[in-house]
Amino acid sequence: MNSLLFALTAEAEHGSEITAGGPLQEWAWLILVAPFVASVAIIFRGKTMKHQGAEIAVAMMSFVFGYGLLLWIDTIRNKVVYEHSVAIGNLGDSWVLEWGWVVDGLSSMMYFVVGSVGLLVFIYAVSYMKGEIRYTFFFSSLSLFVGAMLVLVAAPNLAQLIVGWELVGLASYLLISHYWEKKENSSAGMKAFLVNKVADVGLLIGTFMLAVGVGSLRFSDILHGAQEHAEGLLVPIGNSNVAVVGALLLFFGAMGKSAQFPLHIWLPDAMAGPTPVSALMHAATMVTAGIYLMARMFPLYQTIAVDARSIMLWVGVLTLFLTGLIALVQTDLKKVLAYSTVSQLGYMMTAVAAGGYTAGVFHLFTHAFFKALLFLAAGSVIHGVHSNEMTDMGGLRKYMPRTYATFMIGSLALVGIFPLAGFWSKDEILGTLGHGGYTMFLWVAIAGAFVTAFYMTRAVALTFFGKYKGHGHPHESDNMMTVPLMVLAGFSIVAGLTNMPGFLIGDRVVGRYTGFSRWLGTRALAMGDHHPEALEWSLAIYGAIAGVLGIVLGWMIFGKDKETQETRDSFSIPGLYPVLTVKYYFDDVALGIVGFIKGPLANAVDWVNTWVIDRIVNTVGFGTKAFGKIVYDNFDQKGIDLAINATAVGSGAAGGMLRKLQTGKIQQYAGALVAGAVALVIGFSIFN
Amino acid sequence: MEWFDNGWGLTLITFLPLVGVVLIGLMPQSQEEKIKKTALGTSIIVLGLSILAAFRFDYGPAAEFQLGTSLSWIPAIGSNYHIGIDGISLPMLILSAFVSLLAIIYSWNHWEEPRNPKAFLILILLLEMGMNGTFVALDLVLFFIFFELVLLPMYFMIGIWGDKTPRTVAGFNLTIETRLYASIKFFIFTLFGSAFMLLSFLALYFNAPEQTFDIPGLIAQAPALSALPVAGLIFAGMFLGFAVKVPMWPLHTWLPDAHTAAPTVGSVLLAAILLKLGSYGFIRIAIPILPEQAKQWAPAIAILAAIGIIYGSLACLAQTDMKRLIAFSSVGHMGFVMLGIASLTEVGINAAIIGMVAHGVITGMLFFLAGSMHHRYHTRDMLRLGGNMKLMPKIGGILAFTAMASLGLPGLAGFWGEFAALLGAYNPLPGLDLGIFRGAMVAGAIGTVLTAGYMLWMLQKVNLGEPAAEWEGHEFADMDKYELMAWAPLLVATVAIGVFPNLIFGATSDAVASLVQTAFGG
Amino acid sequence: MPIVPVLILAAFLFSMGIYGLLARRNAVMVLLAVELMLNAVNINLVAFEAMWLDSMASGQIFSIFIITVAAAEVGIGLAIVLMIFRNSHSANLDDFATMKG
Repeated sequence: MNSLLFALTAEAEHGSEITAGGPLQEWAWLILVAPFVASVAIIFRGKTMKHQGAEIAVAMMSFVFGYGLLLWIDTIRNKVVYEHSVAIGNLGDSWVLEWGWVVDGLSSMMYFVVGSVGLLVFIYAVSYMKGEIRYTFFFSSLSLFVGAMLVLVAAPNLAQLIVGWELVGLASYLLISHYWEKKENSSAGMKAFLVNKVADVGLLIGTFMLAVGVGSLRFSDILHGAQEHAEGLLVPIGNSNVAVVGALLLFFGAMGKSAQFPLHIWLPDAMAGPTPVSALMHAATMVTAGIYLMARMFPLYQTIAVDARSIMLWVGVLTLFLTGLIALVQTDLKKVLAYSTVSQLGYMMTAVAAGGYTAGVFHLFTHAFFKALLFLAAGSVIHGVHSNEMTDMGGLRKYMPRTYATFMIGSLALVGIFPLAGFWSKDEILGTLGHGGYTMFLWVAIAGAFVTAFYMTRAVALTFFGKYKGHGHPHESDNMMTVPLMVLAGFSIVAGLTNMPGFLIGDRVVGRYTGFSRWLGTRALAMGDHHPEALEWSLAIYGAIAGVLGIVLGWMIFGKDKETQETRDSFSIPGLYPVLTVKYYFDDVALGIVGFIKGPLANAVDWVNTWVIDRIVNTVGFGTKAFGKIVYDNFDQKGIDLAINATAVGSGAAGGMLRKLQTGKIQQYAGALVAGAVALVIGFSIFN
Repeated sequence: MEWFDNGWGLTLITFLPLVGVVLIGLMPQSQEEKIKKTALGTSIIVLGLSILAAFRFDYGPAAEFQLGTSLSWIPAIGSNYHIGIDGISLPMLILSAFVSLLAIIYSWNHWEEPRNPKAFLILILLLEMGMNGTFVALDLVLFFIFFELVLLPMYFMIGIWGDKTPRTVAGFNLTIETRLYASIKFFIFTLFGSAFMLLSFLALYFNAPEQTFDIPGLIAQAPALSALPVAGLIFAGMFLGFAVKVPMWPLHTWLPDAHTAAPTVGSVLLAAILLKLGSYGFIRIAIPILPEQAKQWAPAIAILAAIGIIYGSLACLAQTDMKRLIAFSSVGHMGFVMLGIASLTEVGINAAIIGMVAHGVITGMLFFLAGSMHHRYHTRDMLRLGGNMKLMPKIGGILAFTAMASLGLPGLAGFWGEFAALLGAYNPLPGLDLGIFRGAMVAGAIGTVLTAGYMLWMLQKVNLGEPAAEWEGHEFADMDKYELMAWAPLLVATVAIGVFPNLIFGATSDAVASLVQTAFGG
Repeated sequence: MPIVPVLILAAFLFSMGIYGLLARRNAVMVLLAVELMLNAVNINLVAFEAMWLDSMASGQIFSIFIITVAAAEVGIGLAIVLMIFRNSHSANLDDFATMKG
């Protein structure tokens, strides 16, 4: 039944024909290779250049953006689905490792996001990072990241995805640890890398399970196998089967990269990195890799791994809500945005888990723009006041008007105010939840919208309103920083319009434009997710109410001025806030686990190695030596050698006795001679 | 080029270092430049010949033994001078020649006390001969000779040029110089295993329907040999001999001591190539000749390999000596190699070979770096090091790169070995216990996390942060040109194999496929 | 000719030689004594030869041998005694026990 519906929707989706693409797609590998080339070039040549290598980086990004734009346009217009792989490793007859690239709706959307947000962040960073240490290496790492991200989203098989996945992890580590002179920063980088590595265990094992199930690492083969209920995927494991367990393990991997609860703990610490890094990687692109993986594997989750989705939903909803709450108690502006990002990633995951392929990815799309905007604007603020803490801010809207305006737009988009981008994507998520009948989760999502509005209002109020509490001279940032802000603000406004479900007036649908859905659905297999007929009024209103309520309440508590300064700084919900301030102790648990492994466990192993295993070896060695000494002393020296020595000594003694005859006196010898001769004569005469 | 293909090529590759030894031996010790140039020239020629062999090798039938010869040597015991390479030994041979050359280049102006370039270079060349010989030998007696030959030069390298600081032996009332302890331990421990291996070889000879020491000859009689009642004991003997060399847990304890004590070049050659002799022995001899026993032992080997991975990683986290940490990381990496071998599949054994090559290149590089840093800081204690990136940025950068490669970062050589080994472990030879193998696979996957943990920790401790106060005012020379010449090829190889693993698989794939098919059918 | 008196003479001379060999302190006197012994033997040989008239005259020939050997031996012996005397200024045989075992 499931597959029949699936097939029907597939028919309906692909009204027009899918084309195979042409030279533009054939050369698309250039956007994968260019960033790596740029990264190496910057390392080796950058220091000698006028802008210390930033030129190479921005040039490369422009190329990526331009090419990505062309691919985007081409994919939409010609409904291109293109895939090409080159064999790079033959593991016997059964397995082949390949590098390749995919150009279809999902990939080209990601190319566009990476390209556009990336280019803006790069330009911003040229100014933001000026004068900072390791400027050249920064751009090299950032270019490496872009390359890795593109390798990830272009991957036609799981192995290449893992390669890109880990490489973005490397770039993340390098960039978070950028100011590694201070230990906390390199520790934050390590935390990010290791939490992701733990999640990657799931990714690896899930890959093996699914790949062995169909005998290939390629997405197309696995997804076809899923659709056709391939035997290898339905091998039972316990109460479930390979497909479900494998899908869950892939999800576990995605939990790490996309900071789902409880593997989210690395993301807030990652704010130790420079702000452009936070904007590009930890808001718009890298963290979305997990969502991307889920979206890429969507047919699997839609067909034979449907059972996996309930766990995914729970995780997504928990993430969305619990981390949003933590954002309420943060005083570091970037940390507020970080937890907000985690919360929004929860939204995306919830959507995909509920069967909303378009909804989840659409939110990824819009979120990339307004979250990057928020981070960059926050960077502008931080640049201006030289501090991350909101306690050092206040009243900045007078000093930094552009930053303020763009930050406001970003916030409103995030909260989901009509008609900014966030409204449409959040609404689509609510619609998916409602349509799927997940009522409880729906209400949690709406509550989450309230929390989002609440903490964002707090952030805006503490930063831009009231009186300036810091000690410096805040100033607006230069054009190179503010222009990207404005461009992103523009995107935040219009991005949502790419997917408007339209309004049902009477029995006609007005104002419907679902280009984004069609674009995203341009894939080898149809996604078969639900598309709303029209805007769900009830949900839209609930969502709007939640958002407005949050803003109003937030303003009431935090928006007031001078006199209630103490009030707003001391605002705290008893019971809840203390728990939030310690972030539910999850970080401490993680630290405890790491401390245990590095400390007692590792030391125990080393102890066993030295005192048990090596002791045995040494005992054998020294024991053999001692045994040898015993044998030597007793059998050899006192035994065999004794006999030999006795012979020698005896001979010596005998010789010693005989020696007495040698007196050295000739006449005594002569006397002996004569005596002997006489004896002989007598003897002869007697015996003869 | 007929002469090259008919065995002369491989013979030259094996014995030219001996010619170099003789030439250097005749030169007086004072003529250092001449000695160094002779050694360099010899190893360049050997590498050139190896690369020529790679070109003369026919990759179509990569499973056949090519470029070899079989001459009657000791007819009384049926041992022939049978040499040849196939797709499996070719990468190992090139690795051996390659790293030996780099070792000589690195040594150009890095001599440890007591300074004696003549003796040291002679030892390196003897090592090269032993290593090359092991990989081309196709006769058990010949193999054994070369296998043991490498022990002596390494013993002297460690014993004479090694770390002189005294150490106490845990649990015994004894203080002894590290180098003396380590060299004897290495020698005797390895020899102990080899003694049993020799017994196994002899047992094979005497029990084979057609008595021979010829490896292809014995492989052809594999079904009969596997059915022998003593086959299990024979495999056990060979297992002991190879397992000590790999090194497999729990026979690994000689390795950390040998590596910490050895001079830089000794550590590099030990890690890069000597360790590979063990796993190579499994692939070349133990598994093809006694496949049934291999199947019986595979789960145990998988378990030991998994333990090695986890144990090695955990022990790394407890180390403060940089070289000892890298040594334990070798135990972990070879665990992946053995896991791949234990799976008895094409995927697994291919993974093992690329893992061996990758480990050779990467860990060799790590030991070069550790040695260079020791040379400059005069300490390996990570608690005293720190902020290396500030003091020696080039070396620090290369250290970071190599550490990333060592933890299996994709795009670099180490990843494919780990990935494919785990894939092989997930999907082992049909008939093997899935539970054990998949459990080992999970352990291996967890091992990758631990590996990342200790490598990043090492980097943080050594490279990042601010330099300690005790280094203030010290002038540290960054990488010099000999180090660059020695290291650049390794770095390039790391990236090249990572991006294009067919550099290895192109040679090994057919050979491994043929091996697995012949041994296990279908 | 009656042989017994000749033999007695030879025996008497031989005994005197032995006595001189064993009792004299001076090395030269010892050598003289040895000469005496050798000549006594010579007398014996010639006497027996005269008695038995051997066809090859072996007694006489043998005594010529002895004379020759005695001469050589005395020559070397005196040379050695001379060296010893030069080194130690004493010809007293009791002093020379350096070959004591």
